[in-house]
Order: sequence, then C-alpha cells, then structure tokens
Amino acid sequence: MKLRLHTQPEVPLEAETISPDQLAGKSEAEASALPLYHGKEQVALGDFFTVTGPMRNGAVEVEGDLSRVKLLGHAMSSGRLHIRGNVGAHLGAEMSGGEIAVDGDAGDWLGREMSGGRITVKGNAGHMVGGAVRGSAVGIQGGEIIVHGNAGNEIGHGMRRGLIAIGGDAGDFAGVNMKAGTVIVLGHLGIRPGAGMKRGSIVSGRNTELLPTFSYDCVYQPTFLRYYLFYLRRLGLAVENDYLSGPYQRWSGDGLEMNRGEILLYAGPH
Amino acid sequence: MFIQSTEIVDTFAEAFKMWGTRVVITAASRKWAQAAGRSMTGFATSVIGCKCEAGIERELSPEETPDGRPGVSVLLFGFSADGVGKRLLERIGQCVLTCPTTACYNGLEAEQKVVVGGKLRYFGDSYQIGKLLGGRRLWRVPVMEGEFFIEDSFGVQPAVGGGNFLVLGRDLQVTLDAVEAAVEAMQVPGAIMPFPDGVVRSGSKPGSRYKALPASTNDAYCPTLRGVAPRSELPEGVNCVLEIVIDGLDEDAVKEAMRLGVRAAVREGIVQITAGNYGGNLGQYHIGLHDILGS
Repeated sequence: MKLRLHTQPEVPLEAETISPDQLAGKSEAEASALPLYHGKEQVALGDFFTVTGPMRNGAVEVEGDLSRVKLLGHAMSSGRLHIRGNVGAHLGAEMSGGEIAVDGDAGDWLGREMSGGRITVKGNAGHMVGGAVRGSAVGIQGGEIIVHGNAGNEIGHGMRRGLIAIGGDAGDFAGVNMKAGTVIVLGHLGIRPGAGMKRGSIVSGRNTELLPTFSYDCVYQPTFLRYYLFYLRRLGLAVENDYLSGPYQRWSGDGLEMNRGEILLYAGPH
Repeated sequence: MFIQSTEIVDTFAEAFKMWGTRVVITAASRKWAQAAGRSMTGFATSVIGCKCEAGIERELSPEETPDGRPGVSVLLFGFSADGVGKRLLERIGQCVLTCPTTACYNGLEAEQKVVVGGKLRYFGDSYQIGKLLGGRRLWRVPVMEGEFFIEDSFGVQPAVGGGNFLVLGRDLQVTLDAVEAAVEAMQVPGAIMPFPDGVVRSGSKPGSRYKALPASTNDAYCPTLRGVAPRSELPEGVNCVLEIVIDGLDEDAVKEAMRLGVRAAVREGIVQITAGNYGGNLGQYHIGLHDILGS
C-alpha cells in the first residue's frame, strides 16, 4: 500500500493510524477514511493522502515531505513502514516490532519509549531519540534505532534496553539517566554524556570531556564492541575499520548513581 | 565389492543417537583461536571415558565470524542435551574463558538450548555486563586481560555418534598413509572425527574378562592375536588395522564423511575396509558401506 501526501498540513498532523497494524486488511477507501488529527480537528486520512494499492507482505510506503506529520508508525508491532522523505516527530513511538525505514530526516522523539523492532534513518534525527517523555523515567526498552546522520540532544534519555546507533554526531546529554542498553555515536558527543546513568554503555568515536563523576579505568579493545559494530555494518551503517579494532578508553560512572555504567571513547588514530 | 584392489565388506557401521552442539570461538589471531579450540576438544575422544566427544569442525575466516576475527568452529557431542550443557560449561569455562583474547558464540540454531554464558557470567562476581542484540543475549565477563564475551545459550540438537570404518592394511606405513588421506578428505560440515587427528588404533569390543571393565580390546582385529583370539577377522596378509570414528550433527553428515573417507583410503596395500557393529542390536543407525558408496 502506498500513501502519498497531496496536501501539506498547516499545523502538525497526528497520524497514529498510519502503520501496518492499522492498515492491514483495509481497502483504499477504508484506509482513506481512517481518522487523523490536524491540530485539534479530526480529519480523514484521505484529506491529506492519496492511497493506492492493497497492503502486501505487511509493507506500507509513505511519500512526500512529512516534516509536519507526527506519530507515524505509532505502537506498530509488525510489518514494514517505508518513508520516502522527511518525517516529523514521534516516529515509531512505543513501537514493539516491525521495521521503519526513513530515506530523509526524522524529527524529535524518534522511537521514544519503543520496546522492539528497528528504525533506520538515512538522514539526521532530532532531539530525544529513543527517549522518555517528560515525566516518564524510562525511555527505549528494546529494539534498535540507527541514524546514519547526526542526532540532537538527550538521545537514549532514560534508556533501559536496546541499541541506539548514530553514524554522525550527537548533541548534549547523550544517555542521560540511562538504566542499561547501548548508545553508539561514531562522531562527536556533546557535553555531559551519561549524566545520571546507572548501567549501560555509551560509545563515541571521538574523545570528549566527561563529567568528574566518571572514573578512568583503562585503554583496551572491547570485543563486544567489534560484535556490535560488525552487526551495524551488516545493517548498512558505515563503520570505519579503525573503530573495529582500535583502542578505547573506558570510563566508569556515573559515580553519583550505581557507577555500573561505562563510556568508551575511541583512543586510536583517525 | 572391490574398489581398485581393496575389498569393501558388505557390512554396516552401527551408530548411536547422541546430542550435539556447535561452538564458534574467535580470537585476536588464528593462533589463539586454534589454541582455545584444541584445548576445548582435548580429552574428548570417547563419550564413555571422556563424558563427551568433540573436535574442531573447521577453521573460520574473519568474514565468517560474528566479530570479524579469526575463529574455529567446534562440535561437541554427548548422550543427552543436559550432558552437552554440562560439558560445555566445563570446557568453555576451563579452556576458552582462560585463553587470551577469545570470545565464544553459539553456532547452532536449534529449538532446544542449554545455558552456558548465562552461568559462566557469575565468574564476573557481579561486575559482568549483559547485552542483548538482535535477539541474542551475550555476557561480558571482566578478566585480567580485558573481557571475555560469550553468548548466553547454545543450541543443541539430536545427533549421530559412532559412525566408523576400519582400514585393514598390509603394513603400518600403508595403513597410516591411507587413514591420513581419508581424514583429510573427510572435512564435511557438521562432522568431526574425535580421536587423535581422526584416527584410533585401539578399537574395542563390549565387555571384558575383567568384570570391572565395560569394554576391552577388539581381539578379532588385533594382528598379534591372529593365532590366539577365539575368532580372528583378519584376512590373510593384514598386519595393521586403524579405525576412523565419525560423529555428526545429522546422519547425512556422517554418511558423507564415511563415503569420502573410504574412497580416499582405498589403495594398493589396503586389503580390506570394513565397519564396526554390534550385530545391529545396540545402535539406532545402521550405515551400510555399500549403501554409502552407491553400489
């Protein structure tokens, strides 16, 4: 099934119904009648999208500049959602399975509080990738988010499980209040990564200044990281050879919490 | 049936139901991967005396391993799934965990699994770190050199143990040449030959004149007992017998390894190739030599 944006929304369009779970078994007419929210007004999906073809093999394709379209793939549990273009906030929020691929950029809150499945963004992502909504302590609890470009602040905020991989740079407070899981940033980290983390791993391909509540352990070649980086390479993320076997500084923290988290900073040549 | 001048006896190898697993070991270099593999598969020739049978299935290139390092795949067999789990725990714990730079991954997708890394992790004394990636749980156990990385669980599946054939030669040298060529030809995925470099000289029969022993020397095939044993099976001109035993993750792997081995062993000076069985009363698999050779 293919959905093409024919009318640009004036205010954010909340499109929770655009997911393989919601569109399964629907005809073009039935899909076009599904409700969306344009601001506070309920509208029909067909008011903004042209729907063509039935859904085959759980696959849905959405095309157009979707920068103002939020909550695509919300709570999806299976199937594949392919977005050809940029997409707005909360993509794949609370999803538990299936796969989302974005050819362009994604907005804030990408995969927030998801528990399974995989999101791949070929471009950049906004703030709070895999994060927890304000007032909630737990962010992503499983699954994988792979961003080929850069990401904003507070990626993996409150993360409990899963993998967030950023091919470029990430903003400030990466992995803030992490409980466990793995954040890999091949580029630069912003300030104060891992603040308040209990467990979990934050990896960066560049050196950075850490909070004084992190203590230096050693320089070593972590095998688990090779395993992760090869895994990401197989999924199409460009990983330099140097990162695979290069030395990494290991820092333990956050000393204000359980001190069972770690930050690994690549310490080899570039 | 003759192939060249070697008689292939119309008999069968009697093989048994076992449980098997595959372990992938990687390391910083080929040397250390081999070291761990050899250590883990040492003293694992016969399930009767060693509690398991194991061998290096093959060497793995970096492109074939999960972490992109050189590796080996090891097959291990036991009489039960639980037994395989216990042996893995012992052998990975003593031979792979201890070996510099190694990591250890499950190499067999199977319905049934045994927990290994999930138990060895306690060596980390609470400093171990669990990771979950792509549906696989793994453990990082801190060690003096860095970290030991091991998968939580390993697949186990019903397997076949005790495929075999005996090579009856004119003298020691020609028989050694034949079995060495056979073992080299028997590199089949899913099969190993658990004895030293694949060859066993001390074939056994069930029972003994000594009550405490469950098995004893196979006197019917001992050249020195030709005139003494109650029934010698040695044709005229045979002065040396060597055996190759094969374990496989399935019957086809055992059959294919036997077929390749027999084909490679036949030559001038090898009088006869036969197989060991117990009259067909003990083993669940009967692998006919003529059947596998396609006659």
